Amino acid sequence: MLPKWLRVERIVRLAFAFALALSSHALAEGPQTNTHILSPVSTPATQIYQLSLFIIEITGAIFVVVAGLLTFVIIRFRERSGDDQSEPAQVYGSNQVELAWTVIPVLIVVVLFLTTARVIFAIQDAPMPQAALEVTSVGHQFWWEYRYPKQGLVGQDFVAVNELHVPLSSADHPTPTYIKLLSADVVHSFWVPQLMGKIDLIPNHPNDMWIDPLQPGIYLGQCAQFCGVQHANMLLRVYVDSPERFAAWAANQARPAVQDPSVAAGRHVFETQACMNCHVVRGTVATGRFGPDLTHLASRDTLASGMIPNTRDNLRAWIKNPDAFKPGCLMPAMQLTDEQIDQVTNYLETLK
Amino acid sequence: MADQTLPIHGALDLTPPRESQHTLLDILHDWVITVDHKKLGLMYMMMAIFFLLVAGAEAICIRIQLAVPNNHFISPQTFNRLFTMHGTTMVFLVGMPLVFAWANYIVPLQIGARDMAFPRLNAFSFWLTFLGGIFLYYSFIGGPGLYGTGSAPDVTWWAYAPLTAKAFSPGHATDYWALALIVTGFGTIGGGINIMATVLSMRCKGMTLMRMPLFTWLMFVNGAFVLIVITPLTAAQVMLLIDRYLGGHFFDTQAGGSATVWMHFFWIFGHPEVYVLVFPAFAIASEVIQVFSRKAIFGYPAMVAAVVGIAFVSLGVWAHHMFTIGMTSAGNAFFVLSTSLVGIPTGIKIFNWLATMWGGKIRFATPMLFCTAFLFQFLCAGLTGIMLSVAPWDWQLHSSYFVIAHFHYVLVGAIVFNVFAGIYYWFPKATGRMMSETLGKWHFWLFFIGFHVTFDTMHFVGFEGMPRWIYTYPADRGWQHLNLVVSIGGVIQAIAVLLFAYNLIWSLFKGKIAGNDPWDAWTLEWATSSPPPIYNFATDPVVRSRRPLWDLKHPEDPDWKYD
Repeated sequence: MLPKWLRVERIVRLAFAFALALSSHALAEGPQTNTHILSPVSTPATQIYQLSLFIIEITGAIFVVVAGLLTFVIIRFRERSGDDQSEPAQVYGSNQVELAWTVIPVLIVVVLFLTTARVIFAIQDAPMPQAALEVTSVGHQFWWEYRYPKQGLVGQDFVAVNELHVPLSSADHPTPTYIKLLSADVVHSFWVPQLMGKIDLIPNHPNDMWIDPLQPGIYLGQCAQFCGVQHANMLLRVYVDSPERFAAWAANQARPAVQDPSVAAGRHVFETQACMNCHVVRGTVATGRFGPDLTHLASRDTLASGMIPNTRDNLRAWIKNPDAFKPGCLMPAMQLTDEQIDQVTNYLETLK
Repeated sequence: MADQTLPIHGALDLTPPRESQHTLLDILHDWVITVDHKKLGLMYMMMAIFFLLVAGAEAICIRIQLAVPNNHFISPQTFNRLFTMHGTTMVFLVGMPLVFAWANYIVPLQIGARDMAFPRLNAFSFWLTFLGGIFLYYSFIGGPGLYGTGSAPDVTWWAYAPLTAKAFSPGHATDYWALALIVTGFGTIGGGINIMATVLSMRCKGMTLMRMPLFTWLMFVNGAFVLIVITPLTAAQVMLLIDRYLGGHFFDTQAGGSATVWMHFFWIFGHPEVYVLVFPAFAIASEVIQVFSRKAIFGYPAMVAAVVGIAFVSLGVWAHHMFTIGMTSAGNAFFVLSTSLVGIPTGIKIFNWLATMWGGKIRFATPMLFCTAFLFQFLCAGLTGIMLSVAPWDWQLHSSYFVIAHFHYVLVGAIVFNVFAGIYYWFPKATGRMMSETLGKWHFWLFFIGFHVTFDTMHFVGFEGMPRWIYTYPADRGWQHLNLVVSIGGVIQAIAVLLFAYNLIWSLFKGKIAGNDPWDAWTLEWATSSPPPIYNFATDPVVRSRRPLWDLKHPEDPDWKYD
């Protein structure tokens, strides 16, 4: 056994401490999270991380040997001043040596393959436990739709948008979340590094992945396959809540929209202008499917797929001209009057 | 030392030339109609350097935009066009022309031929490639078409379906992209056939296949290789255009087409393409390392076998670019195995180059500096390649900046470094003048430092979870510090490349007269004058070993004794 300070895990952690220290996290709520692939908090991500440490050990060893040889050759065999200008001895090759540096890599390949295959099967072919939550994620240009069916902690099916909530899992009572990945338009990719590597959302080609987050918090990621103009702002937020908080959230999401007579003017604008052609507000006549579901818009922390905080000012500015925040996004500026915008904003703010 | 014996007796036709043409128009006309392999080689080279500067400028715009978070230097639309054009240009208008630049100029000289097997096909191939470049860049002004959207393709150089369908990519930008790749593809196929035919039928007396210089061997394998590699790409482009204009549904997912079929077509081209681009780099290293270590290449048969092995295995690894598309676990495992197998012949090559240097007297002139850096960087690129071949880890690393760092280590750290090595090495042969060593060393060290500042740092940006293709990023991710470092490195590299361009022009007019064999080298191209006459060799040379000029210079210890 190597001394503790020489263990690869420790060295890797130290090496990346530099990068980690540079990263600042503006998110105040919840425990500190990040987007690093070397700080896993769920089982598949941890398995990948442990495999990666082993790979770093092997490649590190190869690097030390070969780079060491190269350095030695450069220093030892460089032409020196005052040389007699004669040619060095000509050596044309050696079958024994060739054999040695063919067989050793073959052995390394065998080890690498077997180790890797074990992790592939462990993650991809893991049986789904009874207690698992199943969510369907649909990628859209440039936002995320999450469909929750009725099961377990979810009393009634509903659709959530951009902010994925999942229950906390634990080693004794695993409650993993299985995510089915679909796309409504082009290829996207679901990547929250601390939870799992990325899997693509491909039209006509359903995929799935699973996560079992072991610490509560808000985990960040983003679309990882180029999907159009605003690919960069197709951000992912995964809320890992205690089972009680998750159940409460799900119960609220399942309810139809709040009906508040004091904002009837805004609702009228929403339902008579083009808004309802693209957006759903459950329990009203708005049933458009092209844009995000707004039934519980006010319960979300962010707007525009995680791009900006969900404040009144941002919401109002967004409705006035989405392009100002997200140039090239598919929501048009509807040319409403200032009064209409205020009314719609008032209405949307009641949709808790 | 050995110069009195060169050019070899009878190599030059000493009849005085006819009255030469002097007007600019005459000279231009001469270049446009030429079928001479050397002129075409230089034209390929000039085209590659021109587009290298263009695509480099695009990269600098990208790096300025990403230097700080929430930057507004360029719009998202422009950013997406720039990285698409940067990738497409570097691969098809820089990398591919470079393959044929080297093959055209060097191969006939090295095998003692007077030209390529099909000189007219050669000229045709060049002009097709050039036309493809014009198509691609015409999209900047011709792209908007009837719809008023887009100019220049903005679908990444993978152009994944269905983003390229009419519904998501209106206008003509994607059409120009597809057309450019079809046209350059045909140019490439013409070039590939030509190299194969030349090597198989034009070798001078005594030059058996196993006496060919390794450079020629690599180019020969590459010529055959591109025929296999380019065809699926061309087929896919034709299918894409059928989808876009004739109502086909190959990739149109809204009508039941398949997005993954495009991925397979693209990557069964795309992965071997990396080797198409890197073989010339191997070829240059195999010459430069021998000559500047003053030793014959170690393990010549193993080197030839390794290159054939790499070409063969690389045709079965394409889906390691697709570990994230949801293949079965067995499918993923298969491509992990096939991909890691590539490491074995690649390792053999690195070890043989090291063994060639071992026991030599290494002269660190500029070409050798670049080749030594290549060895180091190619080693690193191979090791990060192993990391990426591990499918589960690839789920994390795929499409992150780690991948960008990895393949720039190959494309810049290996290919561009060796292209510079090759230019410093053969410039005296092509022009008759040496390039400035002082400027060359400045160029090397600046480029080396800039390269490592940029691309070493970029690996860590990937570990921090930054994906590629994003035009900006929020400040709360903590990516800004390393990104700024990456951008600074980019600027250092740009300065180094401008220094190189200056060196080229300065040396062309003011460089020291080179003589026929300035590096005391061993292959046939150094046996004729610098620059070589249009007919290369007045009488056909006869060779008895892999290093004919070594035999000539060392009659007491010739190679053919050991053959």
